Amino acid sequence: MSWWLAKRSIDHVVLERGELANSWRTERWDSLRLLTPNWQSRLPGYGYAGTDPDAFRTMTETIEFIEQYAKIMSAPVRTHTSVTSVRRSGDGYEVATNQGTWQCEAVVIATGACNIARVPAVASAVPAGIATLTSMQYRNPEQLDQGGVLVVGASASGTQIADEVQRSGRSVTLAVGEHVRVPRVYRGKDIQWWMDAAGVLDERYDEVDDIVRARNVPSLQLAGYPDRRTIDLNSLIHIGVKLVGRLAGINDGKAQYSGSLRNVCALADLKMNRLLDTIDEWASANGTSNQAAAPHRFEPTEVEESPPLLVNLTRGAFKTIIWATGFRPDYSWLDVPVVDPKGYIRHDGGVVDSPGLYLLGMPFLRRRKSSLIDGVGDDARDLSAHLASYLGDRTSATRSATPALSR
Amino acid sequence: MGTTTLEKPVNNGVNVEALLGAREALTKTPEAAKFKWRATVKWVNGTHSRSTVEGFYGLGAEQKHKSQFTFEADHPEVFASEDKGATPVELVLASLASCLTAGVAAVAQMREIQLRSVSATLEAGMDIRGILGADTDVRNGFDGIKVTYKIDADASPDDIKALVAQSQKRSAVYDIITNPTNVTVEVK
Repeated sequence: MSWWLAKRSIDHVVLERGELANSWRTERWDSLRLLTPNWQSRLPGYGYAGTDPDAFRTMTETIEFIEQYAKIMSAPVRTHTSVTSVRRSGDGYEVATNQGTWQCEAVVIATGACNIARVPAVASAVPAGIATLTSMQYRNPEQLDQGGVLVVGASASGTQIADEVQRSGRSVTLAVGEHVRVPRVYRGKDIQWWMDAAGVLDERYDEVDDIVRARNVPSLQLAGYPDRRTIDLNSLIHIGVKLVGRLAGINDGKAQYSGSLRNVCALADLKMNRLLDTIDEWASANGTSNQAAAPHRFEPTEVEESPPLLVNLTRGAFKTIIWATGFRPDYSWLDVPVVDPKGYIRHDGGVVDSPGLYLLGMPFLRRRKSSLIDGVGDDARDLSAHLASYLGDRTSATRSATPALSR
Repeated sequence: MGTTTLEKPVNNGVNVEALLGAREALTKTPEAAKFKWRATVKWVNGTHSRSTVEGFYGLGAEQKHKSQFTFEADHPEVFASEDKGATPVELVLASLASCLTAGVAAVAQMREIQLRSVSATLEAGMDIRGILGADTDVRNGFDGIKVTYKIDADASPDDIKALVAQSQKRSAVYDIITNPTNVTVEVK
């Protein structure tokens, strides 16, 4: 956004509560790598220039990548500036921070979708003696006691944590709800390459059937391992992870798993195959087919005949429970009435229901790729155009700074 | 979804517009979405009982079925009963079957898939030493339920599987059976 605002000669500052790339520094586990390949971090006027476009950035490399971007465009970043409130003031906004107050005509909220780890209500019924932590607090297996680990949630975080913890010698049970299965590599090419090339990632928010559902789809079951291996429920079963249904309740110290495991796996398999059908059709229509390996399908998810439904948590089955059950944004600092009862900002493609207020970097904000580093550029271009015309229409107003609140 | 070209519009007897309209309206007025379902039961004799349903609450008001429906339940003769009705556990199977099948029709209509026939058989295993109290390690209820659908429709086998999968995802009875529910039983 800063790049586009500068290009449009709009005075602005970028407020960052910590160091640049703060959440990448402080809220990620040690071994995490980006889930998108190096080439797929195309930012306005910036991108990958190295020799390994298909590899996945470590967190250190991701931080460097973002730092470098800020440097080359001389982004007006104010670090260690925590926003304590944003409220309407006159026909603009007053942004209070721990480093003083800003008066501005427009505000772009780019604090992201993952500020607070979501923990299900059943967490309060976990018996004493079992350590619990969220995927945001998890760093590495050594942090955990020896003994069984229940990982709750089978999207990108849950599956990667389950994989790493099981390989550390702790026995992992994975509670599986609805999830999105995709292979890392299909027909010799990265799944992200296919989705990018076939236009899946460019699908617009005003073109999908049900945008509410599209915005709530769990993260793809992907990992950015150096060997580009696929992580899915089958790969986890093969290293000894035990699959159970969604953690539906804890009563009298007994965990109750949903009996829906077979169906959530069937749904994910069918959905993956529909994506692969789309890719195959696109490849045939575009003559890409002969440059890729032959189409094929993956083994259906292996669900055991009778997955367990109950486990007594008071008998030492698990030493640790890790909640990998998603995130929610934190708008506790936002004193503008634009947050719906579920805690999300009401907006139309990032144009918030309050003049001069914008939202950026949320799932399917304007496109399927909106939450990717690769997707923010197009969204920022669109929204900065809207913002520029909004400022332009206000002929009487004196122009002042537009803080972009960074994640 | 619906990739078939039909001369007639798809008609599975489901009013999709009304359902979609209701979903949109109820998103805006969540209070109206709160329903209460009710049943009453009277003991007849032995294991025979008669349940009725008629009134329920929803859309902010008391509602009524077009008529009262009754369900006879009993145990079969092998249980030394008189077999005046289905066993309660069979009613659970019937309930699951009708909920999933209604879902198949609704999802098919939504996805513009014409159904020609839909049937399913359900089978549930049970070790009756549980209900007899003969072995406390055996649970009272089913040890599993197997549902097998046969569906003839204008769609690919995968699209038909997706109908059945989506129907489970949206089914109330499937949820009630697969997930725990707090049950409070009082005597007045």
